[in-house]
Amino acid sequence: MNLDTLLDGPLRGLAGALARREVQAAEVARAYLDRIAAANALLNCFITVDRERSLHEAEAADRWLDARAAGGADAPASTLLPPQLSGLLAGVPVAHKDIFCAEGWRTTCGSRMLENFVAPYDAHVITRFRAAGAVTLGRANMDEFAMGSSNENSWFGPVRNPWDTSRVPGGSSGGSAAAVAAGLAPAATGTDTGGSIRQPAAWCGVSGIKPTYGRVSRYGMIAFASSLDQGGAFARRAEDLALLLDVMAGHDARDATSAVRQDGSFTGLLGQDLTGLRVGVPRDWFGSGLAAGIGTAVQAALEQLQRQGCVLVDIDLPASRHAIPAYYVIAPAECSSNLSRFDGVRFGHRAAGYRDLTELYERSRAEGFGAEVKRRILIGSYVLSHGYYDAYYLQAQKVRRLIADDFTRAFASCDLIAGPVTPTSAFRLGACNEDPVQMYLEDMYTIPVNLAGLPGMSIPAGFDNGLPVGLQLIGPWWQEARLLQVAHAYQQHTDWHRARPAGVPGVSA
Amino acid sequence: MSLSEDDVRRVARLSRLAVSADELPRLQQDLSRILDLAAELKAIDTQGVAPMAHPGADAVALRPDVVTESNRRDAYQAVAPQVEDGLYLVPKVIE
Repeated sequence: MNLDTLLDGPLRGLAGALARREVQAAEVARAYLDRIAAANALLNCFITVDRERSLHEAEAADRWLDARAAGGADAPASTLLPPQLSGLLAGVPVAHKDIFCAEGWRTTCGSRMLENFVAPYDAHVITRFRAAGAVTLGRANMDEFAMGSSNENSWFGPVRNPWDTSRVPGGSSGGSAAAVAAGLAPAATGTDTGGSIRQPAAWCGVSGIKPTYGRVSRYGMIAFASSLDQGGAFARRAEDLALLLDVMAGHDARDATSAVRQDGSFTGLLGQDLTGLRVGVPRDWFGSGLAAGIGTAVQAALEQLQRQGCVLVDIDLPASRHAIPAYYVIAPAECSSNLSRFDGVRFGHRAAGYRDLTELYERSRAEGFGAEVKRRILIGSYVLSHGYYDAYYLQAQKVRRLIADDFTRAFASCDLIAGPVTPTSAFRLGACNEDPVQMYLEDMYTIPVNLAGLPGMSIPAGFDNGLPVGLQLIGPWWQEARLLQVAHAYQQHTDWHRARPAGVPGVSA
Repeated sequence: MSLSEDDVRRVARLSRLAVSADELPRLQQDLSRILDLAAELKAIDTQGVAPMAHPGADAVALRPDVVTESNRRDAYQAVAPQVEDGLYLVPKVIE
């Protein structure tokens, strides 16, 4: 089989070819590293590429696969994963968002603050990928500390959208989404606090999943807003995401919010018929705020689901219109607390000149953090401060409850919810520079899902003036397998997820 | 504007962020815009609604209060800006 065909096919096919030793992990890694070498100067998807380290990981995977093929090896050294998952992705390259600490890899979180930080330990997600035999392809660019919806807030420069390099890829996991879209990685990790997986997935035309809060351990995932942050993944296809989630998800005692669940494989419902599934449609989300081209594409996707046997039902999520103000109180509040750990003492940037300890803190933080991070820290300190706590923070938490209760009510009459991911398609670089609040509005359909802790996906559903459009699927708690079933079935009948941007250097479309 | 320059200075101090005089007007404007957005919350009727601090359906797990970490001081201090004899160095705080 032609190597390019294999690289751009399903992950399962790639993993299978590696397991059957039809292709070497080092050969696969080299092919992707060559693509990255050719395209990264233009797209800036990766903050750190370490060819030698990646090839070293790939050669280790090859040795393990050779031994297993010869009947000699049981499983990789780790006993972390159950036998069926151990080595499941042996030799499969994965790009990691630069927010997951990985021992020996520079982990910057897109910030000058961590420009020279080499993580001394692995995030739980990284540990699991290592145990599955996956090869780290590099560290994906992102908005600084995952704050942003355009990837323009990275200290290491913006990522460009492979579909139109004058436009942003979305954010905060912009490097991950753009890398998969451009064919620079078959899979990538991401995190989603207010839409940071689903929005860039939509704008780059790839599939992305944000699991239920608690599904993926946050240990070693640099914290932004701890009651909202959740790790997830990007790939071309829903079936790839199911495989990735099988590896990523699982209980971890080091994260007190990590769930103990026995839900079985996320691939469990793939291939099952959709007949009779009730899909809730929040009609409010199709109002004047939604770009016409996106509304048309999402409507067509809903009709496709209907043709495949789904029953559409109208639902109401009235409180979700307050999601953005609630989020921009809660997330900054949690951020101001989490980011207090960056003090110029134990790790991270330290200013060169200071007279006393307070100045050391104040200057190190002023130099280490970018403008958006500073705004959020300041807002967080304000809404938590004496005299404002009740009016802002406590009230936002009450509104959060109203938003979550709407979803609970809605799921009494439907099995999942479908709608738009974003109100517009990818904007041009610099378009939101003058008014940060304008960018916040891009997350109006994704933020309610984080506030309620629900699983959500974005899958490619067409184009608006040549730019990708995403369809959002939202499930009840722990129902990722259901979302993946529906997304996979949709992708069996549509070709949107196969569309590739032209003109990526080093990649034949 | 919902915030004065003094308000910005106050939260900057609370946040341990040095803010220069040049930065103040732009920050005042941006932060006020964000608070204007949040002001919409005040009009929402939340009487009798319990605040939701966390999306977890289950209570957050507790673990036994025992040491589980191994001593990795050298690895952790390798990424520190300034250390000596296993200690983090900071400016003198007690005269």
